[in-house]
Formats: sequence, structure tokens, C-alpha cells
Amino acid sequence: MSEVKYSKEHEWIKLEGDIATIGITKHATEMLGDIVFTELPEKGSNVDKDGTAGVVESTKAASDVYTPVSGEVVDLNQSIVDDPSKINQDPENSAWFFKLKIKDKSEMDTLMNKDEYDKFAKESSA
Amino acid sequence: MDTKKTSLYQLHQDSKAKFVEFAGYQMPIQYSEGIVEEHRFTRNHSGIFDVSHMGQLFIYGQEDLVDDLERIFPLDLKNLKLNHSKYSFLMSDNAGIYDDLIITKIKDGFLIILNAACKENDFKILKVLLNDKYKMVLDEERSLIAIQGPKSVQILKSVIEGVENLNFMSGNWFTLDDQNIYVTRSGYTGEDGFEVSLTNEFADGFTRRLIDKGAKLIGLGARDTLRLEAGLCLYGHELSKDKTPVEANLKWAISKDRISKGNFIGSDIITKQLNNGVSKIRVGIKPEGRIIAREKTKIYNETDLEIGEITSGTFGPSVNGPVAMGYVENEFSKKNTKIFLEVRGKKHPATICSLPFYKKSYVKGVI
Repeated sequence: MSEVKYSKEHEWIKLEGDIATIGITKHATEMLGDIVFTELPEKGSNVDKDGTAGVVESTKAASDVYTPVSGEVVDLNQSIVDDPSKINQDPENSAWFFKLKIKDKSEMDTLMNKDEYDKFAKESSA
Repeated sequence: MDTKKTSLYQLHQDSKAKFVEFAGYQMPIQYSEGIVEEHRFTRNHSGIFDVSHMGQLFIYGQEDLVDDLERIFPLDLKNLKLNHSKYSFLMSDNAGIYDDLIITKIKDGFLIILNAACKENDFKILKVLLNDKYKMVLDEERSLIAIQGPKSVQILKSVIEGVENLNFMSGNWFTLDDQNIYVTRSGYTGEDGFEVSLTNEFADGFTRRLIDKGAKLIGLGARDTLRLEAGLCLYGHELSKDKTPVEANLKWAISKDRISKGNFIGSDIITKQLNNGVSKIRVGIKPEGRIIAREKTKIYNETDLEIGEITSGTFGPSVNGPVAMGYVENEFSKKNTKIFLEVRGKKHPATICSLPFYKKSYVKGVI
């Protein structure tokens, strides 16, 4: 059973075994507008919980992408680098950003579930 | 201070605009389809821009006024035909740009379109420079609606017959529902289009008619990507009090005849810079790959020497890649010069390129 959790920085994270797939939420894409540039972390690098792990840029501005958990980057989604508009089209599925081999599953406990995130997103954009 | 609203505010709301405060006004940055789609729609079809926040300054007078304005603007206004427009600048004594503007000769004087953020200051400066001799009206009773893109002529002429006969940078008065409206063939997107000045109470209804004919509202976000692709300057970015028209690479807008005679505000500096060159100059910049270099990005040469700064940079939807403009030291301003842009601590290759990034399609008249 995989579980999807959400961060206050508007990332989603799906854990399967010790591999976490991370992307940005639909709500985040709606706030950003059209995404026209993506930068991902290097494969094989280690990223720390709440640290920057990429950049997305809309026509208006650049925003950092944070990782909600620590781990080693084991896979990257090159298709969103080649065509960043895919992130606007399917943010919470095919347009994932990177996969981590995570170190500490308990880091997932501090994150929000879907209902909590939806409430948070609604309040933060109000 | 309360932010002001244009007479299209309700229409923007009805059209699900996202608002941003710009020059003291609540303005639409984008609508539900987003900047990229709005940009493409303008390039391929017809976009409507609410530019009512811009200043519409009417100055009334005859020959004296022409003489006095020639002491302010580097233009040959004596030979400017009725209903013809010129791009120009309001400058300081040392040729720093207070504002860039469009001045049009109208029957009883001139109409000057000013940037929203500068208009109040421009008004004060001009009032002093003209010694309060002429009637000057910074008209808040009129709205300004731009319609831009290849289908705009068909759409606008179905509402205002005769606009199709206007040439680029010329205008005329038209009548619509007993209203006097002033239409110029102009704009700031690199597309054929018009700017329509009409009284506030008719702006909403007029714009809804354009929408019924197939045009769509476009926000300030796409206006910025469109003008940048067209290589056009934006005040506060490419242009400021610290930059001269020669440094901004806008010497084409200065009348050659006026330069030889001088005698306009800033003419000493302008003449000196035209003769001796400038140390920094505005250029087009094409980053390699997809990296976007925003305003204030530092520019380096091949030997890692800092040579300038980006003034505007974004993703150009029609170019399908990043585009930028900035100022570099003159010796590095030649086309195809290789430069580096520092983005998030890393230096990315780019080249100096000619402007515009996107080719214009203005309707030129036979003169």
C-alpha cells in the first residue's frame, strides 16, 4: 500500500517501500501559472528534508522546490525538463519531479494527509 | 492609499482575472487561461488590453505650443502631420529618461500617452517646462483599450467602421453611438493593432462588443512577454532616470534634424553620446537552453569579467525559449558576442542578439 502525503511547501510525496516519488501539487501549479522551466537535483546526490531540491519557473517568477524528506536522488523525470508545461497538465501523476531512496520513514509522520492539505491550501490562498 | 480601479474592473472580475497592484491600480495580471495561452492568442488572433491606467494627456495650443514642445522633445513636431504619432521621451537636463511616451498631433494640440507610474510626475514637469501657458488635461474621464493581433483589424472595423484605413502610428476621431472616440493604429506587442480612447462609461460596453466578436481579454503578464519578444522597452526596467535614449539604443526615435540644431532638453549629452559613443548600451540576449535570466542577473564576458546586467528576462512563448534584454559594456555589445549569465550561482552561456526576438507585422502606409 502506498501512501501520499503533502508538505506546507506544496509538494506531494508518495512512498512505495523505501522509494519516495515527489512532485508539486495541483494547487501549487495554479498559484505559479504556466511553468516554463524546471531544474532538478543531480542523480546520486543527497538532499535534506526541507532543503531545496530544484526550481520551477513560470513566466512571472522562479520558485524553489523543496524536498519534504531526506534521501538519495535515484531517479529524475527528464520529460518535465524537456517540456515543463507537462507539470501544469498532470502535476500529481505523470509530472513527478524526482525519486528518493529515503533514510528515515518517520520523516513522513510530520507531513499532512490529503484532507489536511486541502484545508491548508484553501486557507493559505484565502 | 487606496488602489484605483479602471472602468473595466467589473469586466475583469467577471472574466476571472487574477489582480495585481500596478502603479496604484488594481490591474489584471492574467485570466483563467494563463499567460502563455493569452500570449499565443494575441499573436494568432486578437487580444484586448486594458491600458486605462496609462496617462492620456491633452495639451491644447497652436504654433507656440509646437515651438515649446520642440524645446522638450527631440522630435520634428513642426512637420508632424495631423493625427500622426511619434515615440519619444521626457528627459532631464542630462538626458536621463523620466518617461517614454507616444505623442500624437491632434486638431487643437497634442495627445501624449504616458506610463501609469510616471504620469503624475510627467504632468508636473511639463507644467513647469511649459510655464503653465497652455491648457493641460491629464484625462481621468477616458479609458484606453488596446486591441492587438492579426485579427484585430477585422474585429475592430466591425464595431468602428473606417479604422482599417489607418496606418501604423497614425490615428483619427471616430463616432460610435454618438460618442467621440480617438483610435490610433499602434500598440506594444509587436502585432498590428489599435489603441482606443473613449469615455469611461462606454468602455465596458465597447470591450464586451469586442469580446462578442471573438477577441479575448489579455493580462499584464502576457503584455510583458509580448513586448519583450518584440524587443520593446518597459519603463522602470530598460528605461530610467539613469539611462539616456542613446544608451537605451533608441537613437532612431531622435530626429536627425533636431540633433544637428540641438536646443532641446538633454541635447548636449545626446549629441556628445552620439559623437563619442556610450559606455553601456541596451542589447538583446538569448540564453542557451531553457535557463531564464531575470532582471538584475549579472552578465559576464568569456574571461569572467562583469560587463553588465539583465533588465528584463522571461520565457518567450512564440520564440519557445528564454529571451532577455539588458545593458552591457559597449565593446561586448556586438551581435553574436558570447556572454555568461549568473543564475542561482552558476554561469550559463548566452549570446548577444539582434532585436526583436519575434518579427513585427505592422501595417505600413505608402507615404
